[in-house]
Amino acid sequence: MTETKVTMSVRSVSDSASVIDIQGEITSFAEDVLMDAYTEATSGGTKVIILNLDGLEYMNSGGIGLLVTMLIRANRQEQTLSAFGLTEHYQQIFELTRLNEAIKIYGSESEALAAANGAA
Amino acid sequence: MSEERADQSESRDAAHWAAPISKLEVADVPSGAVSLNVEGRHVVGPLQGFGQLWQKTYRVQLTGSEASPDDVVSHLKQNLPEYMPDNSRFYPSVTGVEPGEVVLINATLPGVPFSIATGVMVLYSDDESFTLMCPEGHPESGWNTFSAYDEDGVTVAQIQSLARANDPVFEFGFRFMGGAKQQERIWNSVLTRLADHYGVTVQVETRKSLVDNRIQWSQAKNVWYNSALRSVINLPIRITRRVLKRGSSA
Repeated sequence: MTETKVTMSVRSVSDSASVIDIQGEITSFAEDVLMDAYTEATSGGTKVIILNLDGLEYMNSGGIGLLVTMLIRANRQEQTLSAFGLTEHYQQIFELTRLNEAIKIYGSESEALAAANGAA
Repeated sequence: MSEERADQSESRDAAHWAAPISKLEVADVPSGAVSLNVEGRHVVGPLQGFGQLWQKTYRVQLTGSEASPDDVVSHLKQNLPEYMPDNSRFYPSVTGVEPGEVVLINATLPGVPFSIATGVMVLYSDDESFTLMCPEGHPESGWNTFSAYDEDGVTVAQIQSLARANDPVFEFGFRFMGGAKQQERIWNSVLTRLADHYGVTVQVETRKSLVDNRIQWSQAKNVWYNSALRSVINLPIRITRRVLKRGSSA
């Protein structure tokens, strides 16, 4: 049986933004962990969810699909998703799958947070 | 972030993803295939289409078979065209199901009296799964993932679609002209025949989830690339070419 190989923790970084720190692999088996993290991140009325992908070690197409469904869920709640910490490789994946057209990518947490606070 | 972690990350999944591309290119056209509506097109994902976004999962448990997930996916990569029905012919390139390769598709749709030509790109491919992503003009905007995995000692084969209709014409076709049902029949058939190959008679389990019920009206312009409309416009040209070719070889 394939095990889930990812851990995620949530930090509230401002009144309007939360960061989900991701460590490990995002594949379809990470669904429960990711959705639990999203629920926790948005429980306080957060409007901006920032994904910290600095600890991302592996992602397949199933993982990208999870990010799409999380994005749709966030948009339905009028929340936005952004991300930082992507290697050049994962930035290319976001471009190839055109996920970058909906999830803004920043170079650092401070940039992402500044954008989130500016939007609030 | 450390350079060591970056290198490790890239070495593990990098080879499984298609290289960054601007537009699709069709290198060689397999015998019997019509190459149309693929060359020069951008790929489109679940976020770029017009219609409602559906996630549909079809799976079969290959109980009693000793085939591993790797065996099943390897077999499917080599034999997918044979499992597809006559009304939806797949033509992989000579390289096969490898990241970045284009698979041409010639298919018929319910209520449409001619075949439409389109294709897909291999977005991702590893030992346990491969994903085909659609181009502009394809009936769908999104991707299909073919995979196999172990579940409590039993190999499960799965096809999962995450896609929207690309434009209003295809959305109408999916909802009201039997397009969605045809698609479901196709994937059911593929998995049933796959299971049969492994000596397993089993009912395909289907789960459908409406991920996003909103229509993306801003994407109605995608109809410009509609492969069905372009296939019919191109039909007289193709017929003429065929007649001229026969005439010159007579």
